[in-house]
Amino acid sequence: MTKIANPDEKNAGLIKTIAQPVGRRSFLKYTGAGAALSTLLIVGCDNDDDDMNGDGVNLGSGDIGILNYAYALEQLESAFYTQVISTKFTGMTAMETEILTEIRDNEMIHRDFLKAAINAKAPGSIIPNLTPNFTAIDFTNRNSVLTTARTFEDLGVSAYNGAGKLFTDTGLGLDLLLIGGKIVSVEARHAAMIRQLLGSATAFAGDDVVSADKGLDVIRMPMEVLALAQPFITEKINGNNLPK
Amino acid sequence: MNLFNIIQEIENFDPEVAGRLDSRRRVFKHFAGFGKKLALTAVPLALGSMLNKAYAQTNMKQQVAEVLNFALTLEYLEDEFYKAGLMAMSGNLIPAADKPIFQQIGKHETAHVNFLKATIPTLGTGAAFTPVAKPNVDYTGSKNGSRAALLPTVMTDYNTFKAVAQAFEDTGVRAYKGQAANLVSENAILDAALQIHSVEARHAAEIRRLNGKKPWIEGNDGGGPAPGITNAIYAGEENTVHAGFTRAQYTTMSDTAATRAFDEPLAKETVLAIAGNFIY
Repeated sequence: MTKIANPDEKNAGLIKTIAQPVGRRSFLKYTGAGAALSTLLIVGCDNDDDDMNGDGVNLGSGDIGILNYAYALEQLESAFYTQVISTKFTGMTAMETEILTEIRDNEMIHRDFLKAAINAKAPGSIIPNLTPNFTAIDFTNRNSVLTTARTFEDLGVSAYNGAGKLFTDTGLGLDLLLIGGKIVSVEARHAAMIRQLLGSATAFAGDDVVSADKGLDVIRMPMEVLALAQPFITEKINGNNLPK
Repeated sequence: MNLFNIIQEIENFDPEVAGRLDSRRRVFKHFAGFGKKLALTAVPLALGSMLNKAYAQTNMKQQVAEVLNFALTLEYLEDEFYKAGLMAMSGNLIPAADKPIFQQIGKHETAHVNFLKATIPTLGTGAAFTPVAKPNVDYTGSKNGSRAALLPTVMTDYNTFKAVAQAFEDTGVRAYKGQAANLVSENAILDAALQIHSVEARHAAEIRRLNGKKPWIEGNDGGGPAPGITNAIYAGEENTVHAGFTRAQYTTMSDTAATRAFDEPLAKETVLAIAGNFIY
């Protein structure tokens, strides 16, 4: 921002910034910069949802991009637990069945809420239904299913934690920050329960996921999350335009 | 026009103005750059703009510090609760098998207290940026004997202790969630608050399981031994309308199912009223 005081440096900074993927927040800092920027902003938001140009499923930009990002993760989780319940692992107890069924329902509601929200707030911007790739998971095996569930839940928690600051700071962005908060604590409850089914007495909030010195849960930015989720999704997910 | 005379004048009604401006060196530089180019008559306008920015940012930081002090009070309440519980009845209140659970939770609450205490002063100087003192706690709810105890057996009966633990954790989740929007001006702090928020949710899930409940909240069912307290903790959890979308607009599943999928925020005043039962 110090560069803004000097008009020449400001323009140089602007060009440099736009040449790179730009976060929503960075964009907002430059809103006074004039009409040329407005044009670029509109172009930046005009993303393709499909794979036609070879860059994968484009999540888009801004608040709606973050919603698509969450929607992709919730699609993945919903598909996973649907499979878990339709082809139960050997020896699944009644309690485990109830827990996993309710987690499935929670994920489906998250998915369907995000779908409704995207379609209402930005018609035409929603990403398509994704095709899960669960070839690495043995759905007959309890350990395989529960360790994958643990991965997905901890990943979901870290993703929502990292996404909070990426929403715009007013209006819709604040509404969505609250929605993310309402969802992430339920994901954390899932994670704690799955971990309890798998591990030691302290696994629900183990030192591997909550820092022992600071008591802070895991947090990840979208690119890191997408890299970890990609092996489970057939389509290439493109988060290049997401806020950073 | 003498800039420093003006600042001295402002000091008459705001002794901290120099601190505010000093912490805004960038604005100062900005102003210095203007000074070369602007006519002298424009200087008061630039000065006003500079002060507006400095005060707006200070107000935002005060708001963040206020939230963190609110959180710190709750974290003290939790931290002291687990310390007391682990020592109660010569260390026999909590069965040996469950002790590691409460030690793990207590470890996190202690870390949250330390984190918040260290973070608040980084936002500014003065009373608004001083961490609140550890409150005097009485987990029976008798306010140090000044009224009848609400939970006389909290430190002698394990079931009561677990019920109160659940109440603290589920309240903590709602309290942090309710404050997220007040932290958006400080990204690093919003990050940390969300990271604490999900840890509280992990704690809540585990304690609910110990209490024979599902890890997630269905409707506004809180249970517990003191409905007079727990009703307020779970009031509103039955909500199914989010960002203006009614349940039927986003799912064909039941209202009950929808309530499980979303946790709800709680207003600061409500949280403080609940916490106030244990503080004197």
